[in-house]
Amino acid sequence: MAEFVMPQLGADMSAGKLLGWRKNVGDPVQRGDIIADVETDKADIEVEVFATGKIEKILVQPGEKVPVGTLLAIISEEGKPGAAAPAVPQPIPAKPTAAPAAPPVRAAAPPPSAVAAGPARLHISPVAKKLAADLGIDPATVSGTGPGGRITMEDVQRAAQTKAVQPVPAVELDRPARMRQAIAAAMARSKREIPHYYLSTTIDMSRAMAWLAQENAKRSVEDRLVYGVLLLKAVALGLRQVPELNALWVNGKAAPSPDVHVGVAISLRGGGLVAPALHHTDRQGLGELMRNFRDLVQRARSGSLRSSELTDPTITVTSLGEQGVEAVFGIIYPPQVALVGFGKIVERPWSSEGQIASRPVITATLSGDHRVTDGHRGGLFLAAVDRILQEPDKL
Amino acid sequence: MTKDEIRETVLRALAQVAPEADLSQIKPNLRIRDQLDIDSMDLLNFVIGLHKELKIDIPEADYPRLATLQGCIDYLASAQARG
Repeated sequence: MAEFVMPQLGADMSAGKLLGWRKNVGDPVQRGDIIADVETDKADIEVEVFATGKIEKILVQPGEKVPVGTLLAIISEEGKPGAAAPAVPQPIPAKPTAAPAAPPVRAAAPPPSAVAAGPARLHISPVAKKLAADLGIDPATVSGTGPGGRITMEDVQRAAQTKAVQPVPAVELDRPARMRQAIAAAMARSKREIPHYYLSTTIDMSRAMAWLAQENAKRSVEDRLVYGVLLLKAVALGLRQVPELNALWVNGKAAPSPDVHVGVAISLRGGGLVAPALHHTDRQGLGELMRNFRDLVQRARSGSLRSSELTDPTITVTSLGEQGVEAVFGIIYPPQVALVGFGKIVERPWSSEGQIASRPVITATLSGDHRVTDGHRGGLFLAAVDRILQEPDKL
Repeated sequence: MTKDEIRETVLRALAQVAPEADLSQIKPNLRIRDQLDIDSMDLLNFVIGLHKELKIDIPEADYPRLATLQGCIDYLASAQARG
C-alpha cells in the first residue's frame, strides 16, 4: 500500500485545499499521473502520484482544507502485499512530501516538555522578549524551558517556527494576502535559520550576447532564445563543478542532490512569486530548455503547475534585471542551500588585454548557506558560471 | 489590413500576454513594457502572437520598433506593405 498525502509544495506551505479528484476509487494510476488538484496559498497545483497501482480508498473530499501530510488516499501498489488502511484521515503535521526526488522536509521538532509560564508574571529574559517582539510572538503563549520555566531565546524561536507552520488561518484571506503571508513565513524562517553569506561577480556578456543574436537570427520566431536561458544553463553546469551548492538541508545536515533541478523565480501578475523547477536543467539543450522555460512561465501564471515542480527545486535562480536592478542578493528558499541572482545587463567600461572598451556586463550573485559551504566554494562556483558564459556555443 | 485592424490585432496579442490589463487605457506613444509590466518572455510571446496572426516574420533586431503601440502599428503596416 502507498499513502497519497497532502504534499508540502514548498517551505511556505502548511495546508492545502483539495479542489478535486481526477481519479475514482478502483481506477488504475501510474507513477507521475496527475490524480488531484490542490489549492495552496500561491496557486492551484496539479498533484502527481508517486506510486503505480490502484486507488483503494479516498479519504478526503473536494473542498476540504487539510494540513500538509494528511492522508488523502490509499493506493494499492502492484505486486506489493496489502495493508490495513486507516479508518480515518490522519493529519501528520508537515510529513515529508510525496515526491521522492526531493528529500523529505520536516517541520521543527516539537518543543520539549515545558513548564508553563505563570499567568501573572512572565519569566523571560530581555533578549528573548525583544526577539519575541521582533518575530510577532506573544510571550504569554510561549512555554519556557529554562530554569524555573524561564522563556529562552530558543523557546521563542521554536514558537515562531510553530506559528509559521500553523495550518489554517482563522480569517480566510484572499489569495494575494495568503501568498504574501506564506512568503513571509518562508523567508522569515530562512533568515532565522540559515546563516547566509553573499558574493557577487561581474561577468562580461559580450560573447554570450553576440552568440545569442547570431543564433536567434537563424531560429524561427517560436524557437528564439531569451538570454535568461543561457544564464540558467550556465548555473546548472556550474553546479556540476561545485555540487555542494546543489543540495537540500534535511534533518540537520546537507543532502546533496544527484540531479540539478533549477527553480526559477517567476513573478505572478497581481503580485507574489513562485519558483518551480526546470527538471534536469543541466541535461537539456538550449532549445529544449527554452521550450520548457516558456511552458513553465505560462503555466505558473495561469495556475497549472505540477506538484513535483514545486517540491523538486535544488537551487533557485532569480533575475530582476528587467526591473532595472543591477544586483540581487536573495534569500535562500529552504530547504535549499543556495540562491543565484542576476541583475540587468548594462554597458560598462571594461578593461581587457590592455584595452578599455564598452561591454555588456551582468552582476551575478550567490547567497550561500554557511552551514553547507563557505565563500571559497561559492567563489569557485561564480567563477565557473563566468567561464561557462564565455563559451556560449558549448551551452 | 487597415491600421485599425492592425491595432486590434496588436491589442489581442497583448491581451494574451497580459490578460489582466485594461488595454483601453494604453497610451499609444508610451513604452508598452512600462505600462503593462511585461518581461522578455512576455515580449517573445507577444511577437509570436503577432507572427501567428499576421504571418509576418519579425527579426529580433526589430524588436525595439515594437516598443510602443503606435510603433507596432507603424512597423507592422510597413512590413505588410513590403509583403
